[in-house]
Amino acid sequence: MEQILANGVYLGSQYAMIALGLTLIFALMNVLNFAHGQMYVIGGFVTYTFYGHWGVPFILALVMSCVTLAILGALIERYLFAPVIKGSAREESTMLLAAGIAFFLDAVILLVFGEKQRGVPKIVDGVFNWDFRLIMPYDRILICVLAILSIVAFIALMQYTKTGRALRALAQDRTAAQLMGVNVDRYSMIGFALGAMLAGLVGGLLVTITGVNLGMGGATSIKAFMMVMIGGAGVISGAIWGGIILGFMEAIGLALLYQYGDITYLVIFVSLMIFLAVRPQGLMGKPWG
Amino acid sequence: MQRRTLMKAALTAITMTALQATTALAENTVLKIGFVGVTSGPAAAWGISNQRSMEARASWINETGGYTIGGTTYDIEIVSFDDQKDPKRAIAGMEKMAQEGIHYVVGPNVDDGAAAVRPVAEANGIMYFPYAFPKSLYQAPASNAVLGMVANYQSGPAIYKYLMDEKGVKTVAFIAANESDPLSQRDGGVEAATALGMEVVSANVTYQVDTTDFTPVLTPVMRSRPDLLVLSGVSPANAPQLIRSARELGFQGVISTETAQDAGVLAEGAGDLANGFISVGGASTPELASPMMNEFVQRYTDMFGEYNDESNTKVYALEYILETLKADPSAITDVDAFQAIMDTFEAPNPYMNGDAKLRYVGMSSFGQKRQVSVPLVVNVYQDGEFKTLFVAEVD
Repeated sequence: MEQILANGVYLGSQYAMIALGLTLIFALMNVLNFAHGQMYVIGGFVTYTFYGHWGVPFILALVMSCVTLAILGALIERYLFAPVIKGSAREESTMLLAAGIAFFLDAVILLVFGEKQRGVPKIVDGVFNWDFRLIMPYDRILICVLAILSIVAFIALMQYTKTGRALRALAQDRTAAQLMGVNVDRYSMIGFALGAMLAGLVGGLLVTITGVNLGMGGATSIKAFMMVMIGGAGVISGAIWGGIILGFMEAIGLALLYQYGDITYLVIFVSLMIFLAVRPQGLMGKPWG
Repeated sequence: MQRRTLMKAALTAITMTALQATTALAENTVLKIGFVGVTSGPAAAWGISNQRSMEARASWINETGGYTIGGTTYDIEIVSFDDQKDPKRAIAGMEKMAQEGIHYVVGPNVDDGAAAVRPVAEANGIMYFPYAFPKSLYQAPASNAVLGMVANYQSGPAIYKYLMDEKGVKTVAFIAANESDPLSQRDGGVEAATALGMEVVSANVTYQVDTTDFTPVLTPVMRSRPDLLVLSGVSPANAPQLIRSARELGFQGVISTETAQDAGVLAEGAGDLANGFISVGGASTPELASPMMNEFVQRYTDMFGEYNDESNTKVYALEYILETLKADPSAITDVDAFQAIMDTFEAPNPYMNGDAKLRYVGMSSFGQKRQVSVPLVVNVYQDGEFKTLFVAEVD
């Protein structure tokens, strides 16, 4: 049981971080960013390049992942999403654009970083072993703590800074925020950059545990969408709860259902379908959007 | 006036260059060889190592004057198609090869793709070299598929027997991704281990193909405390993470697989935790690799920036096609002639030291010679490189 709980906390914290960036972008711009997983992968590859390849200290490499993705996110919003949102009232236009960006980034990742799985040296050696009842490598514990700290820092930013207040205002009512003097274009770009930066940050953190390869993007996006749907689209606390719930469901399912084969995600998907039929807006979402 | 002169000179230079290029291309007849496999998505590494092996070898041949078959010298052109690991796309790819008049194709990389293209290949006179293990592809009445590597039901028993004799292994656990290739390899492995008298203590744990964190997946397997953990059909992307998680969970037994792996990927993803990991490879360990193999590795590295150890096996298919065509030039357009000569074909293996031969095998497994004779080289990973554990042959 101790191992299941520890696995759940670890998976939940990393999943929550992945979902945060996606839900932030959705909240601000009503855009389903299908390229979120690819941004996560690029974050992993940037940290791999700086830390694993060039020997730059891990923290600096992590900063480089955040900066790279923030810039990429800002450029994507400024030159791709903003013109499409202004020029088209149809929501599917941004969905198609996001899907196109996902395919494009996949191709870029293949060209720049290659097809191979990449990994970096462990940032902390050793394994915590409590009488074989609870086994957790120290690097996982560290990454879990860093992920939780990052989530706390993100919430603090959203709650207590001028930028955070502006972003929340934008998420609640775009027109009202504009009428109150919020520079909508500027904060949309900042919000998208922040969402992309979160993807880069979690990609950089997790490359130390899971490594990275170009095929991870699509699967990561799907899991992120599941978490957002569980928690409620566009709600920050919902994304966090969605991540934690998915993490625990996965940990419990893998521990208890293994003798029946790989049915954990089957059970999770069935549960999600039933849950959405009962509560389509998710745990924390509002029925009116 | 000066500008006009410059423009004339530039135009003349461009025309001359174009003419030279056309002349160079026109020197030799072009022989097209196809590749249909996965070069995008999570399994891209499998197909890309195939495609790049073929392109590196073709470029080498063309650079050194071409390949002579029956008195005609050919430049080799590789025509590639990404099937995205989708059987429908694999069929489209094979149809494209047929439209281009190609009779020899390497791939597909996975079971369902290889099975899907069979009717297209047989109807259009295409011999194809899949990296897929279902015996029905190679047993009569199937005629046009040639297995491009050693199958797990051939390498597995050899590895298990070695480990039983040399390491005293008695119990084994299997873990596989939840898709057709790894699952069928797991079932074949369980059958082989049971036949050898090993006790299978866990065989029903599987994982999603896109799993990135294997600690929760492996935890129940580790409770069964096996002497040997077999990673059935594991992809090079997942192997380091599985090894790392198993070792971190305290597993001290032997870990093995029957698929080819890349030493660099293992070093990056698992480091010293991968020491002792057993896998199947080609012939690139220093004691086996011929000078030609070493040159191939160098050329591949120069061309693509980094070598992939999976290419130790995948370099062979193109060589087999060309050498067999050389043995009977009429086979260039007639696959019946190709099939007829497969039974007696033999040529020196240029990639391996000693007197190894290129020849077709498979009588024991398929009842007809529908497999390339790639050396069954079982490697053990140690400190960033593979070392040869033992070498065997497949009939």
